[in-house]
Amino acid sequence: MSKRKLWIPFVVGAGSFLGTVVYRRRSVRNRNRLDVYFDDGSMVSLASGSPDADKLLPLAGAMLAEARTAG
Amino acid sequence: MNPAEAIAELKELSTQIEAVVLAGRDGRAIASSLATDSASRLAADAATLVAGADDVRRDLGRDALHQVQAATPEGSVFVALDGDRMAVATTGGDPTVGLVFYDLKTLLRQTMDDPVDDVVSAAKDEDVEA
Repeated sequence: MSKRKLWIPFVVGAGSFLGTVVYRRRSVRNRNRLDVYFDDGSMVSLASGSPDADKLLPLAGAMLAEARTAG
Repeated sequence: MNPAEAIAELKELSTQIEAVVLAGRDGRAIASSLATDSASRLAADAATLVAGADDVRRDLGRDALHQVQAATPEGSVFVALDGDRMAVATTGGDPTVGLVFYDLKTLLRQTMDDPVDDVVSAAKDEDVEA
């Protein structure tokens, strides 16, 4: 078996692993967000990483913890 | 409808909402599925959350705030607004967003005839335990 044929499964496996890691990181980031809806029907979604979201999302985390502790 | 009754009905109907608080927009709890202390803290935090979201609105020059969802992998916090009142709910991860907001709007509509000041004093005596 040539060296090239040996490398193909390794490259495919490494690519799949890297893709999975990137997908999971993006997925988690998308689940941390602040959606603000306005009276005119429009909405703004602030993802984790934006200053406003990073200021308010920890507060939401504290609220969830408070509700679960009390419940 | 009495706020305590409306919250009890909401808790019975919704499988997604873990805790719910009806509050004034200034952060004073009116009625809740939680004990008084926790309800007060949740209402105050919700007022801070809404104030922060209102800063975002002001920066963008948009219309008045309608509702807010803060989503995390552990769960979500929902706040629906109606004049000087707000309905706050916490859920687990991946909630049905439209359904939760619909339930909170229904709660606000059902209790709209109860003035905030009158209800706050009543809520101290009759917390709805989940």
